[in-house]
Amino acid sequence: MSNAMLSVESLSAWYGAARILYDLSFEVGRGEVVALMGRNGAGKSTTMKAIMGLIAQRQGKVVFNDADISKLEPYQIARRGLGFTPEDRRIFSDLTVLENLDIGRQPPRQFPDGAPAPLWTPERLFALFPNLAEMQDRPGGRMSGGEQQMLTVARTLMGNPLLVLLDEPSEGVAPLIVEQMANTIVELKKEGLSILLSEQNIHFAQLVSDRVYVLEKGQIQWHGTMAQLSASPDIQRAYLTV
Amino acid sequence: MTLNAFLFQVLNGLSSASGLFLIAAGLSLIFGVTRIVNLAHGSLYMLGTYIAYTFATKIGGVTGFWGGIVATALIVGALGAAIEFVLLRRIYRAPELFQLLATFALVLVINDFALWLWGPTDLLGPRAPGFRGAVEILGRRLPSYDLFLIVIGPLVLLALHLTLTRTRFGRLIRAATQDREMVGALGVNQAVLFTSVFALGAALAGLGGALQIAREPANLATDLIALGDAFVVVVVGGMGSIPGAYLAAVIIAEVKALCVGIGTVDFGFVTINFSKFTLVAEFLVMAIVLIARPYGLLGKAQGAVRSIAEPEEPLRPATPLLKAFGVAVLAVLVCLPLLAQSSPYVLVLGIDVLIAVIFATSLHFIMGPGGMHSFGHAAYFGLGAYGAALLVKWLAWPMGAALVAAPVLAVAGALLFGWFAVRLSGVYLAMLTLAFAQIVWAAVFQWEGFTGGSNGVIGVWPPPPFDKSWVYFLLTLALAVAAVLLLRRFLFAPFGYAMRAGRDSPLRAEAIGIDVKRVHWLGFAIAGLVCGVAGGLFAFAKGSISPETIHINRSIDGLVMVLLGGVQTLTGPIAGASVFALLQDTVMRQTEYWRALMGAIILLLVLTFPQGIVGAFASLWRRMGGRT
Amino acid sequence: MSVLELRALSKSFGGVHAVRDVSFAIGKGEFLAMIGPNGAGKSTCFNMINGQLKPDSGEILCDGRNIAGLAPRDIWRLGVGRTFQVAATFGSMTVIENVQMALISHGREIYRLWRPAASHHRARALELLAHVGMEAAADRPSRELAYGDVKRVELAIALANDPKLLLMDEPTAGMGTSERHGLIELVKRLVVERGISVLFTEHSMDVVFAFADRIIVLARGQLIADGDAATIRDNPQVREVYFGTGKTFAGASA
Repeated sequence: MSNAMLSVESLSAWYGAARILYDLSFEVGRGEVVALMGRNGAGKSTTMKAIMGLIAQRQGKVVFNDADISKLEPYQIARRGLGFTPEDRRIFSDLTVLENLDIGRQPPRQFPDGAPAPLWTPERLFALFPNLAEMQDRPGGRMSGGEQQMLTVARTLMGNPLLVLLDEPSEGVAPLIVEQMANTIVELKKEGLSILLSEQNIHFAQLVSDRVYVLEKGQIQWHGTMAQLSASPDIQRAYLTV
Repeated sequence: MTLNAFLFQVLNGLSSASGLFLIAAGLSLIFGVTRIVNLAHGSLYMLGTYIAYTFATKIGGVTGFWGGIVATALIVGALGAAIEFVLLRRIYRAPELFQLLATFALVLVINDFALWLWGPTDLLGPRAPGFRGAVEILGRRLPSYDLFLIVIGPLVLLALHLTLTRTRFGRLIRAATQDREMVGALGVNQAVLFTSVFALGAALAGLGGALQIAREPANLATDLIALGDAFVVVVVGGMGSIPGAYLAAVIIAEVKALCVGIGTVDFGFVTINFSKFTLVAEFLVMAIVLIARPYGLLGKAQGAVRSIAEPEEPLRPATPLLKAFGVAVLAVLVCLPLLAQSSPYVLVLGIDVLIAVIFATSLHFIMGPGGMHSFGHAAYFGLGAYGAALLVKWLAWPMGAALVAAPVLAVAGALLFGWFAVRLSGVYLAMLTLAFAQIVWAAVFQWEGFTGGSNGVIGVWPPPPFDKSWVYFLLTLALAVAAVLLLRRFLFAPFGYAMRAGRDSPLRAEAIGIDVKRVHWLGFAIAGLVCGVAGGLFAFAKGSISPETIHINRSIDGLVMVLLGGVQTLTGPIAGASVFALLQDTVMRQTEYWRALMGAIILLLVLTFPQGIVGAFASLWRRMGGRT
Repeated sequence: MSVLELRALSKSFGGVHAVRDVSFAIGKGEFLAMIGPNGAGKSTCFNMINGQLKPDSGEILCDGRNIAGLAPRDIWRLGVGRTFQVAATFGSMTVIENVQMALISHGREIYRLWRPAASHHRARALELLAHVGMEAAADRPSRELAYGDVKRVELAIALANDPKLLLMDEPTAGMGTSERHGLIELVKRLVVERGISVLFTEHSMDVVFAFADRIIVLARGQLIADGDAATIRDNPQVREVYFGTGKTFAGASA
């Protein structure tokens, strides 16, 4: 297990009296892109929020970078190098692109073996997302959904994370942007980042992910490599209903 | 008024604007980041005046005055940090109303603390060293300290503006204003941010208060007056906009200064003393601004504030058990005059409880199903009570007619104020309703010739046979039962459903043809009408009415009653009002410092049940095994 | 004969043209999809039609009457229903009460203070719920429903005033693939039965290509294409600004 960047053991979560997650266990290795797939309401976003400490009522163990983070506050988790991009983007609409990036800024970071984590500056991010470079001083609220989607990823990268939780990056954006997002994820993987992705769009997941966990009603129903999932239409039909 | 006199008043207004701006800016900053409307902000301002007075008189000289002002700002800032750290931090997840109650409890505690430490008399500070003289401007003498104040406002505005736009701390404040959870998920320690913002806001209020000592005496009534002014400034300027707060402060202060400057004008047929209309003028400015720009001069339409919507069960008709219980309670109440023959006080208390029930039920009508958190329900109570009392006093109307007129006056006020209130929502609405209630109170207080000022109206006794307390009790009971049943009926009717529809989802309601503002406006009017009945009954029950009985405390009492019983049930306000009225009667008469005691009880309630009483039971249930 | 016609509609925010000179018409019974990149002006267009925004210039003709600038509730009374991108119901009411509320409003009975709302139009509400397959859940609190079911209830609400035109803003947003198709099939069946026209926006291209009678494409606030699925799919300009290579969705032949 020492190879795992993120390892989740029996994670459960509740909203009020309603239980959403049932003893989830999974892991994400270093440099790996893992997709959490499943229908709407299956518990994908809740899983990410629970890992990030954003759900008050949660149980189970979350180990990130060899440290137990299950009792930490969200800001403490973020400061350990776990980045989070929420599905609803949550751009600070009154702040400009540059100011949004500044909020996400954190000091440089290293992997446990001493290797430096990718170090991000606004300049590097503008190279990755050329659209953003053209609108550095535009308030977040005056950007389109696709541009906001890029900004939310860029803002997370400003924290120089070791692993990014990417919640539904393809939801509600145009096909062209979805394609750019897929290219970005591939780029990030090359940089050595680990990514946990939640996704409903199998075409998108196929382009980027190594392994897949399929969620249904808050439980893991299937897991395997992306190749295995692509090769088994039965599983796709049963849980993803393509 | 000559041009020179006019310009002189303009300068005067500018110097008052600085104080208004300091307190409003702090209120706005704190609300922006923590989403808490700090009702104790006026109290921090008041403390600033008292503390600076103490420095200036005990130490004296330049150090005592100027050093004292700086020290006061720091002390009040530290106090703000302490309040945030000890109290507010525990209730950030609590419903908005509980947070407001907690800060109001602080108002009560701080006020009694100041009374205990500094005593009830006004304390006027010394003149400012270095600014004792006056400057001759436009042929008049303007105190040089006023000139100093004129400069302070823009300086603080500039400093705040630079902090917010040029520093990381400022960017974090602006980001947290929009989405504090996301700021946390990006690695920012919100707890530290919240504490520092609260300290900054409190320090600004303390500074604003401290700077006043050379102009105005420290006074125990300053807290709520300053709060009311700050609310008006923030609403006019636009929540969250610091430049807006300055602009609004200038406008409000100028209008007030000009009213005073104009003074008494003889129009031939009528003589009007404009200096008595400062509060009305403030109200008019606010009204005009809100018609033109509902989010204030420089404010922006707020996106939906992330809040945890509390799940509410659908309305179900009363169960046979509840009906039987209701009939049983009613039977006991009808027989109460017989049972209480030996102790007539029980009936007097009974009348108080029933009036509280009408008051709380009418407030709940707009607060619960209407989702309009009125912080100024005392206004309609006051209009009813004063309306009835003044008709008896000036026109010698009989009780019956006065009791009919009371709700009519109240509904007129509710229609006027409600028209503005329904254009806002959430805390904006709370602030606006509170400001309206303050205006009613101030009008009653200032219009001495008509309302008797602080002495009130006396000799409003019911005629026979209602002078017997058991008869009056039965009259009150009959009206209370009618009010409760009628409001309940309305809530089950299409109108009540439309009101809830507008609360649950205004967009969806509009999209199926419901005029949400109009529905809520009528709801507001109905609540005002019923509340007016309570006011009228109150006047005759006590035989008198004074401004104190319609003060903001009464509005807050109503909120406590509704919250105590549970805002989501229709029977809640009845139970809450009864418990509260009995509690107030027994406990609150025990000590001179009953306000502080009252505040302590509210704080205890809020801290014990931070998620509300319902939420507390829900989490208890989960801990008892609901999870497995 | 068109149910709705936009003529040279324009709207700008702070000098930025969100919608510029857009004209198109929706025929009776037509299932028209509006697609385009984020920020192309789809929502602005939508909100002008449903009354949430007032156009700067241009006309919106509904049965020949210009409805531009009317309040949402007045537009609803003219027979233009809508559903929301994030489905909205009245959370404190039961499923059937949600539908009854719309029927009460349709009957102009909102200001009634006496007879309980529950006794108004119950039979008709049940009938509407049956159409969307939700009659079994009639007396459940609407906030307890699964998201897909909320969308169905919303549809029943939208049908309460017998609309001639239904505006659906990303009707399948946030739904899984099978739910998506289920919902759109239901909508299609209902509108065909009743002859209702539908204008909808959508990012799920499989849904658009499978169900839309006609597709219009907006980009940078302007209408750049208008035609059937095959025409749009092969339009090079649409490919460039919107589809990309098409590898992230099914159904767009490369």
